[in-house]
Amino acid sequence: MALTLILACIAALFLLAPVAITIRAGAVARPVVYGLSATACSILLIAAAPTLLGGDTLVQILPLGIPWIGAHLRLDALAAFFLVVVNLGGAIASLYAIGYGRHEAAPERVLPFIPAFLAAMNLVVIADDAFVFLFAWELMSLTSWALVMTDHRDGGSRHAGYVYLVMASFGTLCLLLAFGLLAGSHGGYSFTTMRLSTLATGLQPVLLLLVLLGAGSKAGIVPLHVWLPLAHPAAPSHVSALMSGVMTKVAVYGLIRIVFDLAGPTAWWWSIVVLVVGAITAVLGVLYALMQHDLKRLLAYHTVENIGIIYIGLGLALAFQANQMAFGAALALTAALFHVLNHSLFKSLLFLGTGAVLTATGHRDMERLGGLIHRMPVTALTFLIGCAAISALPPLNGFVSEWLTFQAILLSPALPQWGLKFLVPAVGASLALSAALAAACFVKAFGVTFLGRPRSPEAAVAREVDVFSTGTMIGLAVLCLLAGVLPGLIVDALSHAVAELAGGTRLPPQSTLPWLSLIPVSAARSSYNGLLLLIFIVCTASLIAVAVHRFASRAVRRAAAWDCGFPDASPATQYTAGSFAQPIRRVFGRLAFRASERVEMPEPGRLEAARLHVKVHDLIWQWLFVPIAKAVNVASIRLNRLQFLTIRSYLGLVFAVLVILLAGLALWQ
Amino acid sequence: MAVVNDIIIQALQMLLVVAVAPGLTGFVRWVKARLLRRRGPSLLQPYRDLYRLLRKEVVLAESSSWLFRAVPYMTFTAIWVAAALIPTFATGTMFSWSADMIAIVALLGTARFFLALAGLDVGTSFGGIGSSREMMIASVAEPAMLMAVFTLSLLAGSTQLSSVAHFMLTQHVGLRISLGLVLVALLIVAVAENARIPVDNPATHLELTMVHEAMVLEYSGRHLAMIEAAAFLKLLLYASLLACVFLPWGTAAVGDGPVAYGIGIVAYLAKLTIAGGLLAVFETSIAKMRVFRVPEFLGAALMLGLLGTLLLFVSRSL
Repeated sequence: MALTLILACIAALFLLAPVAITIRAGAVARPVVYGLSATACSILLIAAAPTLLGGDTLVQILPLGIPWIGAHLRLDALAAFFLVVVNLGGAIASLYAIGYGRHEAAPERVLPFIPAFLAAMNLVVIADDAFVFLFAWELMSLTSWALVMTDHRDGGSRHAGYVYLVMASFGTLCLLLAFGLLAGSHGGYSFTTMRLSTLATGLQPVLLLLVLLGAGSKAGIVPLHVWLPLAHPAAPSHVSALMSGVMTKVAVYGLIRIVFDLAGPTAWWWSIVVLVVGAITAVLGVLYALMQHDLKRLLAYHTVENIGIIYIGLGLALAFQANQMAFGAALALTAALFHVLNHSLFKSLLFLGTGAVLTATGHRDMERLGGLIHRMPVTALTFLIGCAAISALPPLNGFVSEWLTFQAILLSPALPQWGLKFLVPAVGASLALSAALAAACFVKAFGVTFLGRPRSPEAAVAREVDVFSTGTMIGLAVLCLLAGVLPGLIVDALSHAVAELAGGTRLPPQSTLPWLSLIPVSAARSSYNGLLLLIFIVCTASLIAVAVHRFASRAVRRAAAWDCGFPDASPATQYTAGSFAQPIRRVFGRLAFRASERVEMPEPGRLEAARLHVKVHDLIWQWLFVPIAKAVNVASIRLNRLQFLTIRSYLGLVFAVLVILLAGLALWQ
Repeated sequence: MAVVNDIIIQALQMLLVVAVAPGLTGFVRWVKARLLRRRGPSLLQPYRDLYRLLRKEVVLAESSSWLFRAVPYMTFTAIWVAAALIPTFATGTMFSWSADMIAIVALLGTARFFLALAGLDVGTSFGGIGSSREMMIASVAEPAMLMAVFTLSLLAGSTQLSSVAHFMLTQHVGLRISLGLVLVALLIVAVAENARIPVDNPATHLELTMVHEAMVLEYSGRHLAMIEAAAFLKLLLYASLLACVFLPWGTAAVGDGPVAYGIGIVAYLAKLTIAGGLLAVFETSIAKMRVFRVPEFLGAALMLGLLGTLLLFVSRSL
């Protein structure tokens, strides 16, 4: 019943797309389309909940798709969890979009693609055969590509769309081959047969590589992340929120489904690959983010970091699972899935906040913002909560998932393999490093955008955005706080999905513990109580504030800023995004980006401006993608000659290929 | 009855740290002055400073926002709560299970996050320079601290500080290489996080060379008092942390009775005196380093912490 309802909602979303084309001229189009999308997402969210909380796994076969095979669909707890993530983000982004778009040239242009994009993401999650999965995956890529190209007159958007399309089709190709390997020579393309068959040991590295290339490129692991900071910011902000907060999670789902479910038992070295990729992605992602001064690009690079953190959790789970330590695997998976939910919440919140800033000022370059906390109080407060949550500050939700990941790391000395023993502490250090750098990154993002004095006339006259925008941002901020202070409820809600993946093992039930504590292993080992911490902090802070105001002084005088006696400096003398990041660029940038600085000082007595030149290189782009692009270019020029042959040469070519293939077949057998 | 007892002990702990913290800073200043052959201010001077600041009016910059006014209280609270979670004279206090060592590190991170934002709020260049450098220092110091926490928790099999202190007191831990590495790492982090020489100079009057003091330059009156008190508490917090892990002797456990508590308090004060004296001697004997030497100094702490963890990972299977 629930699955039928879900399918009906997905079909309704698909139908909404052509309807949106026909009504897009009218003024009512946006509220109608976004309102219906939000309704459909809410129904999907509610329909998925029973299965997530321990209901039955539902299966359905529709007579669609490839003849005689049909479309297999399945809703288990893992799929239900990702349905919740997708539709929570989808519903909130749709509600936000009702009021969004004042500053855009043609906000109606995205209308047909949003419902189709939402439907495709839902379909990926409930797919139960390779055909439906790949079809929905590709549809998700294409609709999101169309959304990236909304502003197609801008050269930057076109470039972003092109890079995205290339990476997306490459990723789908890799996934197609991965499913080919899993299906084997018999060609059982339903996931049920894939689960039963086992892969030859020799093919395991190939499968892992293909899955990492396919699902990882969509999620944005380093070095396949290059499209993400281009494409996510190019789209309108609610679409950026969907792409960063939700679509990357669907990519994580793809990896989990294939690696933990379909591939069968995996060797221990799989975990090494995933852990190394995760650690590098986490650290490099946040370093890239720190170097940005475009708010949306900063957030997009930061998504890369969070994907790294999720991959670290998944890598630990693989390590535990390969060594039959089911409890450790359950803990690491809980941490990873918790972070999936958290990231979808706070990254959506931050992108929606950026959209509000963009609506109010028309700028997303931080160097032209500042002082918005005075003009946009609600956006500022919710954005601050998002920044604190993503920087893993207690008692918000980002801290809980990082804390769980650290707990999983502390269980890992029991792993027998020496490679893992040496690797896991280093992974822990890089996780700690990326968390600390993330705090610096978001001090910069919030401080330069919302604090200080306005750096442009538009920022000085900004006005708070409409009620739909502020309402959805408040909602997301409240969810961030709730997930942080009631983590036990979420860990329990995740337990069925975790048990499916970790062979029936789950964490002990948390919601029955006194004071709603979080005790993953045992009380003597570790415990955390966000609720108590929050109460403690709020009570103590208000008590102190009241006491100080009551018994000490409460006098306040407004005056010019002290600034060591320098009078009335212009707002241009404030610290900018570039100057804030300078110390970190000098510490880490030399290695990671070959960053260099050069100061041009005029001779004493001459009245010219001094100049500071900063060079930052994107080494991955230079060393990996530029050579590949060059090679493709050279090869295509060479192959161009094949288009001008005579008919005899073509026939000869066809014959030669036939002979080579037959010879190869004969030798192989 | 037991619950009331627990609450009293917890409240005693919270009041004790707040009452002792300015005294510790005063003591360090006094010893430093004596080492430089000055007479030095009285031990009570920090208390008098706080009292004076609390009664003065606040001069707020015109461009400051509500965040600027809220941050002193938030910072002070976050550090106070963290300090209250560290065992001082007794282990196993009532709220010690609500947050473990990782949470304590994160609470200190929360305090730093908001203080750095306050530095950017007024929109002057000195606030910015302080915030940006503070976050640069923290980006290496926090991982170093976490690695030290990892080593301790692997050794004791728990991330709860009370359990670690109990483990150190009851098991015959002996001399361990990883413990030594962690001690050095924690000392470096403590020096950096408390803005002491050689990382930062709390007594300088040249704003360009300051980190912490530049960040809070715009504060005055009761707000400055809260920030100063938070800095005192932070120094006490690190001293208590080091004392409860590396000098656990004399610490009582909850339920031991008033005599044990008394011994615990005396022992705690003695440990603080030792820590303060050592800090003063160290600060007097070393010069401040350039700002971009600091990451190398802290990088050493990170490496030591990593090495300590690595040794424990490897030695588990031997």
